[in-house]
Amino acid sequence: MANRIVVDPVTRIEGHLRIEVEVKDGKVVDAYSSGTMVRGFELILKGRDPRDAWAFVERACGVCTTVHALASVRSVEDALGITVPPNAELIRNLMFCAQYLQDHAVHFYHLHALDWVDVVSALKADPKKTSELAQSLSNWPKSSPGYFSDLQKRLTSFVESGQLGIFANGYWGHSAYKLPAEVNLIGVAHYLEALEWQKEIVKVHTIFGGKNPHPNYLVGGVPCSINVNEVNAINAERLAMVGKLFDDAQTFIEQVYIPDLLAIAGFYKDWGAIGGGLENYMCYGDLPTKGYNDPTSFKFQRGIILKRNLNEVLPVNPKDPQEVQEFIPHSWYEYSGGDGEGRHPWDGETKFNYTGPKPPYTQLEVEQKYSWLKTPRWKGNAMEVGPLARLLVAYASGNAEVKDAIGGVLKQLDVPVAALFSTLGRTAARGIETMLVARWAKEFYGQLLDNIKRGETRTAETAMWEPSSWPADAKGVGMSEAPRGALAHWIVIKDQKIDNYQLVVPSTWNASPRDAQGQLSAYESSLVGTPVANTEQPLEILRTIHSFDPCIACAVHIHDPHGRHVHHLDTF
Amino acid sequence: MGQPLTIWEHARLQGHSRRDFLKFCAWLTAAAGIDSSAMGDVVHALETKPRLPVVWFHFQECTCCSESFIRSSHPIVSDIILDKLSLDYTQTLQAAAGEQAEKALHDTMAKYPGEYLMLVEGSIPTGADGVYCTIAGRTALEIVKEAAAGAKAIVAWGSCASNGCIQAASPNPTGATPVHKIITDKPIIKVPGCPPIGEVMAGTIVHLLAFGTIPELDRTGRPKAFYSRRVHDTCYRRPNYDAGLFVESWDDENAKRGYCLYKMGCRGPSTYNACAVTKWNNGVSFPIQSGHGCIGCSEENFWDNGPFYQRLSNLPGFGIESTADTIGVAAGAATAVGLGAHAVLTFVRKRDVVAAHESPEPKAQE
Repeated sequence: MANRIVVDPVTRIEGHLRIEVEVKDGKVVDAYSSGTMVRGFELILKGRDPRDAWAFVERACGVCTTVHALASVRSVEDALGITVPPNAELIRNLMFCAQYLQDHAVHFYHLHALDWVDVVSALKADPKKTSELAQSLSNWPKSSPGYFSDLQKRLTSFVESGQLGIFANGYWGHSAYKLPAEVNLIGVAHYLEALEWQKEIVKVHTIFGGKNPHPNYLVGGVPCSINVNEVNAINAERLAMVGKLFDDAQTFIEQVYIPDLLAIAGFYKDWGAIGGGLENYMCYGDLPTKGYNDPTSFKFQRGIILKRNLNEVLPVNPKDPQEVQEFIPHSWYEYSGGDGEGRHPWDGETKFNYTGPKPPYTQLEVEQKYSWLKTPRWKGNAMEVGPLARLLVAYASGNAEVKDAIGGVLKQLDVPVAALFSTLGRTAARGIETMLVARWAKEFYGQLLDNIKRGETRTAETAMWEPSSWPADAKGVGMSEAPRGALAHWIVIKDQKIDNYQLVVPSTWNASPRDAQGQLSAYESSLVGTPVANTEQPLEILRTIHSFDPCIACAVHIHDPHGRHVHHLDTF
Repeated sequence: MGQPLTIWEHARLQGHSRRDFLKFCAWLTAAAGIDSSAMGDVVHALETKPRLPVVWFHFQECTCCSESFIRSSHPIVSDIILDKLSLDYTQTLQAAAGEQAEKALHDTMAKYPGEYLMLVEGSIPTGADGVYCTIAGRTALEIVKEAAAGAKAIVAWGSCASNGCIQAASPNPTGATPVHKIITDKPIIKVPGCPPIGEVMAGTIVHLLAFGTIPELDRTGRPKAFYSRRVHDTCYRRPNYDAGLFVESWDDENAKRGYCLYKMGCRGPSTYNACAVTKWNNGVSFPIQSGHGCIGCSEENFWDNGPFYQRLSNLPGFGIESTADTIGVAAGAATAVGLGAHAVLTFVRKRDVVAAHESPEPKAQE
């Protein structure tokens, strides 16, 4: 008899995710992934100005901020035939890179690390040994015995205070934690360092987009102007700051994130054979080097891998009505043509139809509809998207830089290529691409400076800005690679207004419920076979789910009264 | 089990010197809009107060508020997350999940009735009996009522919790509702913005910690320290507006000189926020400085007051500014009329602010 375990809320993610699994003989035998919050973005966007759409959809997610704005402006530009100036492309690339660096590092330390790092065990570490270990792993200067001993004292008094805050009820001491106390102490130290550092790299967004989270974008280019002779524009001072931020980011990634990733992964090599899940991978590609309309120039290649066949990369065309489709057999929606339909996003429909149990409930009706996420498929296939998919498509496309980076990590960990298809592989892929993106950011930065030196300062194409210049009917697709994977927005414009707008986002691909044929999506599929040592403590389930970096608000987007003064308390 | 540490003890343990600590207190005093003579009270409070139990809820939101909070620039502010508050429930950061996470929440509610601070990120959907947002099988509506009953006060983070934000935009498909329309018997501090500025969020929290009182609020429930001035009135590009110097098209010569973005739809004239003063991400920039108009993200219904690139004078309810639009015309007479009209508007807006300041309401520190 299988035992049903419910994890709700899944924490250390963005959004509202519920996982139900059936466990038998200490292993997951079936899994159900449910998004439990919906907002109805598509319904809100209808009838609005397409040039405003980026600001609306950017609010799909504040963790992967900017990515929806980028996909949105690209969808409108695609519909209207706008090509953005090279500098705008470069600035968008720099913002893209800054997002990856911040988002991936925060995921590793603040959302994922506590699945591998036992905070309480760090109390037993020897600071001197920790220092020696840290210095053997990296040149990062903050590695003295005093540094670690101060941290340990701070941690001890924190624990002794009895107020454990975010660490309360964690799975400390669980048999699946394998790190020596010294590695745990390094992990905790860098958790705090990363929290400080992440504030810095996002300043790239602030410089070009005015704020972070949710910087500003613009259909036709970027809103900031370049003028090296003006304090009120992107000038030498601003550019120097961008350069410094990327330099420091690269140092942090190479001296802290990557060494920690390798050190921790070395103790969890068994997770290179757990959590593989689907065998199909999809990447829309991104980081154009010769313009968005030339996908062959992208740093991340576009393509599909089926059945883990790395000898063949298939093309993907999101405009083909037969390729990307969304289904709702297990989703709380209805389609005008019934539940059997698959709809291409240009013809997508968003109509709520909650048929689940009346809250409060203890179990979902998993044979029926059980999620606010729709189920997207590519030519009927369930696809995994994200860092692993990106690297595999690049690898199979013959991207030498990616091949080298992957090879280096596999060699250091002494694991075979097959170990990539796993929970550990997903987590390692995220680190590897962060390292690559840190390098690429500097290339883009150099190119931007070269353009400016040549007197090329244009940042916006405005010929098609006025809606009066648009055709009565237009359709577009904007693709990107969000940190969590393949992202696309489909827009239909009619009489200068949005007639239909659909987002199919990475976590919809990965976290969606199964389809009518019973094919599981990525989360559900990867959980099957995952060991569960203690059904009261779902640590292993969290490891695999977190390896995808769930972002559920995106995925379900899809969805004083008397005028007198105010409250006042004498004491608080 | 030891005694809970005070904030000063924590700061010292983390290697902060007394000088750093006092600098932090000075920053806080200034950031909270408190007279500098009260700094001694701030220092004393931070030296002696134990950690405050806090529960942070996520409903219909995008987590941008949490992300903004962890960007707050002052070095001690990040320590607040781990050390100054006892952040006992937060789906974004907490180690435990599922039942163990819910237990942490219920432990705090049981152990500190009437004492914990409740932070709400996101709106609460009321449509279809609340099924548009459930956590652990319970609706956000049920959760927010239960948790509010024992809360000492509530902070509504961001526009979602303060006014419903994007999911409440027309046609509000899920019945998204801000927290103050559901909870009416608790003090609620609204900190709107999409997201609010990290320093503003930290400033609000630290005010609560340091003084044990709610900061002085305006009549809509926002801390006056951060929301009493229009972006337009504090904008460094304002002299361009007054001189009739406007960006006319994206990336034109005027944009490259940093002229006023009013004609590109800037909502600075109708938005109350600290962006132009505090700026974003440790004072690096703010939307207007980086070339895009303000979209008014801290104002109620801002999503429905668009389109964003339509200048305010062309929008319903903003007729008073219409003559200001002619400022760019070289004719001197037009300029004079425009400035006059703008001055009237400014006066009308400011009158509210002035009235609020002059009202005989008790001040927080009294």
